[in-house]
Amino acid sequence: MSFITRGFTGKGRERDPRLPPGQSLVEDWPVLSAGPTPDIDIADWSFTVRTETGQVHKWTWDELLALGVEDVTVDIHCVTHWTKLDMPWRGVSLDKIFENIETSGDFVMAHSYGGYTTNLALDELLDGQSWIATEADGEPLEPEHGGPARLLVPALYFWKSAKWLRGLVMMGDDSPGFWEQNGYHMHGDPWTEERYW
Amino acid sequence: MVTRIRPAWLVGTVAEVTVETATARRIVLDVAGWPGNDAGSHLDVRLTAPDGYQATRSFSIASYGPSSRVVLAVDEVPNGEVSPYLVEELRVGDRVDVHGPLGAYFVWKPHGFGSTTGPVQLIGGGSGIVPLVAIAQAAADAGRMADFRLLSSVRSPNDQFFDAELTALSTEGLWIDRVYTRQIPDGWPVPAGRLTRETLSAAITNPAEIERSYVCGPTPFVEAVSSWLIELGHAPGTIRTERFGGAGPA
Repeated sequence: MSFITRGFTGKGRERDPRLPPGQSLVEDWPVLSAGPTPDIDIADWSFTVRTETGQVHKWTWDELLALGVEDVTVDIHCVTHWTKLDMPWRGVSLDKIFENIETSGDFVMAHSYGGYTTNLALDELLDGQSWIATEADGEPLEPEHGGPARLLVPALYFWKSAKWLRGLVMMGDDSPGFWEQNGYHMHGDPWTEERYW
Repeated sequence: MVTRIRPAWLVGTVAEVTVETATARRIVLDVAGWPGNDAGSHLDVRLTAPDGYQATRSFSIASYGPSSRVVLAVDEVPNGEVSPYLVEELRVGDRVDVHGPLGAYFVWKPHGFGSTTGPVQLIGGGSGIVPLVAIAQAAADAGRMADFRLLSSVRSPNDQFFDAELTALSTEGLWIDRVYTRQIPDGWPVPAGRLTRETLSAAITNPAEIERSYVCGPTPFVEAVSSWLIELGHAPGTIRTERFGGAGPA
């Protein structure tokens, strides 16, 4: 419920139907992080998936790219009310990562270099819904935007697309990550405005 | 103090609008049902046009505590949509939708989760001072000002938000380093210039002892300052950041 704000007319009348409620279009790409940008050398970089049995699957940078890189164009939605449309990305599908992993865990905690975490449902990562992104806008991913590699889950608010990704830990039950412990929604669907709890 | 309160959409009634700087206004809202807020948190403001069109933006809060009176300071973003309305059009008695309080990370509390026991460094660039004013005031009110230092970087003396409040805190004993990037006050001992790693190094002589730093400002400022802090020996996990600007028209 809301009321008319006296004297406000607004600027952007033509609303792109791809804009979820409460979002405004941006052309640039704002940076949002809770702390400093980590400096990560791809020579030292690795990515791991740890399952509920304690089994660890590990990829180096080259091993990750060898799984097969694909180009995707997606819209991204930040909980701070901006949306960027038709953004070109390049990365490795999580389907490739999970091809040979046996797990009964329904949930995932994504862990980042620098200590950030965010929780996701495995169902919402598979079947072409998420990537480990290494390039955006045709360039290697800038450190401030999560380079060398970040999670890309365009269907959810962008804090779920963990920057500086280092691994996934499988979980039987959903458990809050960093922002989810600090006031943000466990799920984060932009179309139903799952912003805060 | 204020913990785990579910934020809601509430009606904020404008109690005061005053000139903060040439391009900014201080806006005091009375928000019925506001549960109070921790120092450093923010809120969303939503404006609705007659045809139902809405625009929502986030703003840091300069006040803290149990009061339902909330203080904002909004700088006009050229060609923006929400900030020009708030700066140029908003009048006492107007009502806006507000949602909050938001954010439980870039906050400081005297006790419990989010509190500190050792030295704390606050670093603000431009209007990034807003949440830091709330944190500095909270520290002063808790009798903890001796642990805190604040560095404020602004273009000129006239661009300093909450100048009188900062001066009062300084008089009461808060250590404040001021950096002027374009124009200095009369008699200022150093020429105008951007904050540098060297200035930061000279201001913070005990980097290893800093328990926490709060850095708020435009993205390039926060990126530069936080990377310098790490180079100067601050542990990355001690640095909390809040970036703004570049978020398109605000």
